[in-house]
Amino acid sequence: MRRLKLVLVGNGMAGARVLEELLHLAPDLYDIAVFGAEPHPNYNRILLTPVLAGEMAFSDIVLNDLAWYARNGIRLHLGKKVVRLDRARRLAIAEDGTAERYDRLILATGSSPVILPVPGANLPGVLTYRDIADTEAMIAAARRGAHAVVIGGGLLGLEAANGLAARGMDVTVVHLMPWLMERQLDRTAAQMLQRALERRGIRFLLETKTAEIVAGESGRACAVRFADGGSAAADLVVMAVGIRPNTALAEAAGLRVERGIVVNDTMQTYDPRIYAVGECVAHRGATYGLVAPLFDMAKVCANHLAHLGIARYEGSVVSTKLKVSGIDLFSAGELAGGAQAEEIVLHDPAGGIYKKLVIRDERIVGAVLYGDTVDGAWYLQLLKDRQPIGEIRDHLMFGRSHLGDAGHKGESRAAALPDTAEVCGCNGVAKGAIVRAIKEKGLFTLEDVRRHTKASSSCGSCTGLVEQILASAVGGAYQPADAKTRPLCGCTDLTHEEVRKAIREHKLLSIPAAMKFLEWRTPDGCATCRPALNYYLIAAWPHEAEDDPQSRFVNERMHANIQKDGTYSVVPRMWGGITSAAQLRRIADVVEKYRIPTVKVTGGQRIDLLGVKKEDLPRVWADLGMPSGHAYGKALRTVKTCVGSEWCRFGVQDSTATGIALEKSLYGMWAPHKVKLAVSGCPRNCAESGIKDVGVIGVDSGWEIYVGGNGGIKTEVAQFLCKVATREEVLEYAAAFLQLYREEARYLDRTVHFVKRVGMDYVRKRVVEDERGRKELCARLRFALAGYADPWAERAQGAERERFEAIPA
Amino acid sequence: MTREWRRVCALTDIPRRGARVVRSRAHGDIALFRTLDDEVFALADRCPHRGGPLSQGIVFGRSVACPLHGWTIGLADGCAAAPDEGCTRRFAVRVEDGAVLLAEG
Repeated sequence: MRRLKLVLVGNGMAGARVLEELLHLAPDLYDIAVFGAEPHPNYNRILLTPVLAGEMAFSDIVLNDLAWYARNGIRLHLGKKVVRLDRARRLAIAEDGTAERYDRLILATGSSPVILPVPGANLPGVLTYRDIADTEAMIAAARRGAHAVVIGGGLLGLEAANGLAARGMDVTVVHLMPWLMERQLDRTAAQMLQRALERRGIRFLLETKTAEIVAGESGRACAVRFADGGSAAADLVVMAVGIRPNTALAEAAGLRVERGIVVNDTMQTYDPRIYAVGECVAHRGATYGLVAPLFDMAKVCANHLAHLGIARYEGSVVSTKLKVSGIDLFSAGELAGGAQAEEIVLHDPAGGIYKKLVIRDERIVGAVLYGDTVDGAWYLQLLKDRQPIGEIRDHLMFGRSHLGDAGHKGESRAAALPDTAEVCGCNGVAKGAIVRAIKEKGLFTLEDVRRHTKASSSCGSCTGLVEQILASAVGGAYQPADAKTRPLCGCTDLTHEEVRKAIREHKLLSIPAAMKFLEWRTPDGCATCRPALNYYLIAAWPHEAEDDPQSRFVNERMHANIQKDGTYSVVPRMWGGITSAAQLRRIADVVEKYRIPTVKVTGGQRIDLLGVKKEDLPRVWADLGMPSGHAYGKALRTVKTCVGSEWCRFGVQDSTATGIALEKSLYGMWAPHKVKLAVSGCPRNCAESGIKDVGVIGVDSGWEIYVGGNGGIKTEVAQFLCKVATREEVLEYAAAFLQLYREEARYLDRTVHFVKRVGMDYVRKRVVEDERGRKELCARLRFALAGYADPWAERAQGAERERFEAIPA
Repeated sequence: MTREWRRVCALTDIPRRGARVVRSRAHGDIALFRTLDDEVFALADRCPHRGGPLSQGIVFGRSVACPLHGWTIGLADGCAAAPDEGCTRRFAVRVEDGAVLLAEG
């Protein structure tokens, strides 16, 4: 088959990113050629600032070296600027006449610095700050000259000013507006920033308009004169007053151009063969000058070029981080939220800390952080996910770590950590190893870091810390994943919600049917999507959908917990934690007969038999004669109880009987993740109901129900749902809440994640206020559980025997 | 070198997208995998990472995810998918008239 010809015009970060994504999706679809105006391979433009400041060398910031192009069979025309597109003959033609024919073309021509229209703007000694050539020219000028004037007090201007000051120049920043970075900062934060930079010797002239750049006797720039008559000496002038999308090539070719090259949500221009990405485009009227949106665009463009055609670009929420070492500054979203907006402000002038959150309709719409930016990534995530913050509002300002974070000694300041500090306790990964991997392998996303270092890939409690390390290592290029649009796995671009909706609406009843209907990219999925699909199917269509054991994790397939040596553990069900002499005698006999090495009492008030050989499992179950405890499943685990009013002198309710009734009513319930309950007979709460998915506490007049607690990785206190009078109501409300969780949580979300995502108000509305809805939820769960047969009893009688037996030699 | 082929089971004894274990005297447990397309592969039943029983993992495409820590091992080459590193031993296996033949040599 003839391969299609793809030509990329512009070898910057956006264009090269499209190729990387495309080669990943469809490595053989295109014959690829690339034109780059600069004589360098693709490099990380956002790291020019550390190069200018002398903290990094050019070789450190190359993203794709020449070998990468060669390895992928890409023809690379470096130092050749494309000057004409012949759309009729489908040719891209460079200055020197080099031409490439295309079937598809990507325009990634980037942007150019704006040159102020003042006399002297083109004198020698006047530079802009855009590429490695500008950076090298500035470094050279810094070696010669004494005085520098930077025109423009935005992000780029300040980074240039800081770099030049670090190289020993005497720097003045001239800014037209009343405060610095006025698009990203409010006046207070800007003034703090200004003072910090002044302490480094940089001078500022605000509300000052440049009138002319004056030439000295040598013919080079020697001073800048202002509209108010003043002037400043300048051996070097850097113009950093903004960027303008490079649209000339597109315009000359007859493509529609507004502020940038106009593209639709699939990154196509008005000529559907021609795509455009990066700083040169205008999408829904917006242009972007930061790197994170470029990556989003690149992903969509590659998806479309790979003929998948599922992804859409719907605009980006951008954040800014100043890359000046020693100054922590973060900004995202809107700073003036409009009439309905509120602000929460924390200001400690002496401590050099200022934080402002702009909130509208219970959601963060903007954030400015100065001095302490540790929580920038977290606020950005809350902002992008439009997550309601009502419940954490009191703590919001104090950051994510304040919400309780166990597992790494409460450490949450990534920047302050030494390289030897262990970040991921599960996999023993130190900060230094993560930073090294990010730099050496060019990682930009949390997923990449997980794949390469294993950090935060097990229990996930250090995710926030890893995100911070990533954010501090790659600066503005860091893009926290947007949970709402994150696909289920690499086999599809659909989200969990989209997959569930399709399964419900189109009555998909098996994994092959779902994969076919949803156009899965792989023939039989992967170890991530298959268990999720299996759960979504049986949750949506109980008794009808096919439950595929081959798509379940080993423990759920074997009905026992696999241990590190390949043996299993067996936890028989003891309803409500109550046992008897007969049960204990049988357990003791089994332990001796099968030489089970370890017997352990669990935290959920059960007995765990550890080290059972796979082939012994069916006979162990037969001899025990007790039902499965499901200690191995994303399912109902245990209902923990205290002895309650039957024995306890403080007890006011019969917690044991209620616990047993609750456990029996939920027996055999599969869920997105494990589910643990507890029932206490009085507010002393000896069953620890406060850290359970559903916790019940008996009071004199009835029962209080709490939901969304967790005693695991990160201790989470359950939230009060409601108070009810009778045991029957406890069963009904608990069932309704758990069914809501079963129907709407993402696979592998615990109830705490679910409740945090949808908000407690929503849960109360569905489970407490809507009586009919509650009864329907409860009825749907009862229907799903009806007729559930004990899996151990079936297997003890010989079902699935081949799973437990090896083929003899 | 001539291989000594031995019939170990019927193809249908191995579940599709699943595995069975053959207990070999010389080589310990050998996992026989059957893919969606009825291809059969044989690997030592030990993950190169921490020795997990690969036969108990989820089989997808021509890969298996180790049940202990989720490493993905290629069925055809016995090697871990990047960025993980390590390989487990492969054994020659073929299907003839619905019978699975294994060569342990």
